[in-house]
Amino acid sequence: MAIREDVLVVGGGLAGMSAALSAAETGATVRLLSHKKSTLRHASGLVDCLGYTGDDGPLADPYTGLSDLPNEHPYRVVGESAIREGFDRFDGVVGDSYRGGHTDANALVPTQAGTIKPTARYPASMAAGLASDARSTLLVGFEGLSDFDAPLAADRLAAAGVPFDVRGVTLRFPKEFRADAKLTRYARALDRDEEPDRDRAPRFDGVRRALAELVRPKLDGAERVGFPSLVGDDENDVVREDLANRLDVPVFELAASPPSLPGVRLESLFLAALDEAGVRRTTGNPVVDYESEDGALTTVYTDKNGQRVPYGADQFVLATGGLVGKGIGSSRDGVREPVFDCHIPHPEDRYDWSATDAFGDQPFARFGVVPDDDLRPLDAAGDVEFSNLRAAGSVLGGADFAAQKCGSGVSLATGHVAGERAGALI
Amino acid sequence: MDGTVAVIGGGSTGTGIARDLAMRGFDVTLVEKGNLTHGTTGRMHGLLHSGGRYAVSDRSSARECIEENRVLREIATHCVEMTGGLFVQKEGDADEYFEEKLEGCRECDIPAEVVSGKEAREIEPYLAKDVKRAIRVPDGAIDPFRLCVANAASAIEHGARIETHAKVTDVLVEDGEVVGVEVEHESGPGKRVHRKPGTTEEIRADYVVNATGAWAGRVGAMAGVDVEVRPSKGVMVVMNTRQVDTVVNRCRPKGDADIIVPHETAAILGTTDEEVEDPEDYPEEGWEVDLMIDTLSELVPILKDARTIRSFWGVRPLYEPPGTGTTDPTDITRDFFLLDHEERDDLPGLTSIVGGKFTTYRLMAEKISDHVCEQFGVEAECRTADEPLPGSEDIGNLEEYMDEFGLRSPIAKRSTKRLGSFSPQVLGGSNPNPVVCTCEAVTSAEIDKAIDESGTDLNAVRLRTRASMGNCQGAFCCQGIASQLHPTYDEPTVRDAYDELYQERWKGERHGLWGEQLSQAALKYALHATTLNRDRDPAARESDLDFAAFDDGRSTDDVEPDTSRGTRETAADGGRLPPNEGPDGDS
Repeated sequence: MAIREDVLVVGGGLAGMSAALSAAETGATVRLLSHKKSTLRHASGLVDCLGYTGDDGPLADPYTGLSDLPNEHPYRVVGESAIREGFDRFDGVVGDSYRGGHTDANALVPTQAGTIKPTARYPASMAAGLASDARSTLLVGFEGLSDFDAPLAADRLAAAGVPFDVRGVTLRFPKEFRADAKLTRYARALDRDEEPDRDRAPRFDGVRRALAELVRPKLDGAERVGFPSLVGDDENDVVREDLANRLDVPVFELAASPPSLPGVRLESLFLAALDEAGVRRTTGNPVVDYESEDGALTTVYTDKNGQRVPYGADQFVLATGGLVGKGIGSSRDGVREPVFDCHIPHPEDRYDWSATDAFGDQPFARFGVVPDDDLRPLDAAGDVEFSNLRAAGSVLGGADFAAQKCGSGVSLATGHVAGERAGALI
Repeated sequence: MDGTVAVIGGGSTGTGIARDLAMRGFDVTLVEKGNLTHGTTGRMHGLLHSGGRYAVSDRSSARECIEENRVLREIATHCVEMTGGLFVQKEGDADEYFEEKLEGCRECDIPAEVVSGKEAREIEPYLAKDVKRAIRVPDGAIDPFRLCVANAASAIEHGARIETHAKVTDVLVEDGEVVGVEVEHESGPGKRVHRKPGTTEEIRADYVVNATGAWAGRVGAMAGVDVEVRPSKGVMVVMNTRQVDTVVNRCRPKGDADIIVPHETAAILGTTDEEVEDPEDYPEEGWEVDLMIDTLSELVPILKDARTIRSFWGVRPLYEPPGTGTTDPTDITRDFFLLDHEERDDLPGLTSIVGGKFTTYRLMAEKISDHVCEQFGVEAECRTADEPLPGSEDIGNLEEYMDEFGLRSPIAKRSTKRLGSFSPQVLGGSNPNPVVCTCEAVTSAEIDKAIDESGTDLNAVRLRTRASMGNCQGAFCCQGIASQLHPTYDEPTVRDAYDELYQERWKGERHGLWGEQLSQAALKYALHATTLNRDRDPAARESDLDFAAFDDGRSTDDVEPDTSRGTRETAADGGRLPPNEGPDGDS
């Protein structure tokens, strides 16, 4: 006898979690199955809506770009109102932890690479660093953190023509870690306000104060200070505020590639919302099989240490991610959706899957299932694969999330629509 | 003595010649149009031949190989890994050929031992079940870049000048005699610096050696002589781990896809042999990659589903004396030829060296240096077989370096193996010395050393250190590697260098884009484009960006809310809006 729920969501990323929340809100019982940790831990924690539709951009107002997108883009499938609803749901989940909901305008967020990137929502920890804010800026990096070179990032920002003075300095963190220590080690030291090393900060008993004292003489009139995204982990707000108070200027974090604490923090916020909404979660086991009847899914099976565990539902949401999250698989023979074997169109010659320029128009980036108006995946003949299966997030084809900067928005919008419609049918 | 010699070509042969001639007292300038190993040397599977491969078809080559194999183990310890090799016979492969191979090895003084199928699988557990028996020989792996750098370093120590990124644009001929070369420096003499404009230089020389391998015909043409080299391409496929720890050869007559070479953290599958017109412009095709995987998985079945991280092609500089008329490139001898253009073409001052094999590069260099000595009437002895290369002088106990440099053990092991006797000098510098490339365990200090040697050319840094050559193909480390150029080099220069490395890594990766590696490539794309906006970086824009049109983050504190849409209140409590009925609205 299968474990039964009204709605079963397969996939635990932003799309899956949004779908589960929207389904739960309709009153349906919901279970979310996830196999591995979501790709949010690789993500910057920035939540994009739409930054570019082609070579133009960045778009100041993402909504103005929607009509330039191709018809098969998931945004065109669900429409502007669904995008707005998706973002509203997001804002409800994250509360004060995120900013940007006060305006339709995109924000330009500086990254650890010294680039700036358009995004719709950004962690509160990055709010003081926006590139449209004209306050003069000091970036602080640390010896031994090879992922971030503050003076280089500052020069890079200046090269982009930002409307403020920006300088970078590299300091010696007041506590010595192993040479290959990760950002998380620094964050933990700040979270706990660990004791600094005597030889690095002899006069101070907490690493936060020691750090502030190191930065202070470098300020030289700077009106805000940016750090790599290691300003505390669980205690991010507290650490940031503590540093800001000691320095008397706002402190912010730069968007980063992995390991990215903001991405992990975002996942925690959503998980808490899922718990609150009563969504049941089962993690750690892959879906390996399914059963269907009369063109509708009835049951999926996970593999738990060799045992097949059945999960039944009336409605299903596929939110397993794209190539990165393994929601789309491939081999020398072709591209496939591994859970329900939904059709994924792709060129026959695998050299046509990619472009010669690393940042060219990459066909693989748009691989994914093709949905009908109701987000139900279609087979090669254009018929729905299963009458009660909807897809959400990057398992959907037609969008180049990386080039267009629209991944999170697509996940939020399609997750919301898929979840809400699944729930409404119960 | 003050004979000046210009050597064209920075591959194994060219750097070997430069070292040898410099040691014999010549005033040597070596010019190379790209990085060291830019041509054929950097595009091979890194096999140190035991000679077993040629033991049936070409015994004089086989003898040379085993002799040079022994020499390189002595003089280039930090470049060589003696993995051992197996010539594997499967059920159905001819017994006669196996016996011939064995006999050939013994004739040529190549240590060879027959092992049963069971024993072979004990050595290499992933060998196919139907492997009948194998011949064990002293094949090994060798890092061609490290070797060439060591040769160049030694040449420099003996007074030579080494110019990379210096393309020969003309061979200077005056009064029927070669008197030097004209080169175009990509960014001025010395180390390459991105964004720095180039210069042209005339390098006068008493003698010129054309050691450009597959490109020898082009250089010959500049001097007005014919060098009919026959470029032949071969594909190499890089696998994500060492599926085998010894070199595995198929024991049957010549054929495509018959060797697997374990190399550092990877295994390299090779190769094909197909004549091409142009050494720089030839098709790189997917079926060649498929052929490697499909054929070699007959020997090592797990290769079928293993992860391919990239593929590359190289061109052999095959040569045969005019009139031989061989049609199949696999039949062309692997011997090397010294073409004295004075004897051949009545053009004094120039000699070309063509053909040959990487394993015997030193011997080739010795022969050509002997020849140059003859021209000058110099009687200096070749010492290259006895004097260790820089980095291999006194390796001592590498394990001891680990603690000394505060490196954790697997990293220390990798670093010290790569650096050899340079380890104390490179790793003993100021701390901290974080790992920048995690896949290959390359530390910051090694990258700094490579930048000191090669300027802003991060592909040269990559080849010197292996940074960005692992499974992630630079996804996580390109940024960190490029950052180390700063502040010695300014931001736009760093950006150029970064872009070039990133694109170079992508180029070869494209040939293996399916399965795990396609996922990895998608992640790499996402990190660099989604997160860092590298693809549309505003710093690269032509026009100014209207920053004021974007959110400045402070409107939250403003008293005037944006009332145009009335979303504020509903959004703030997580509530939902009534659906909009736009053109794309819900139906």
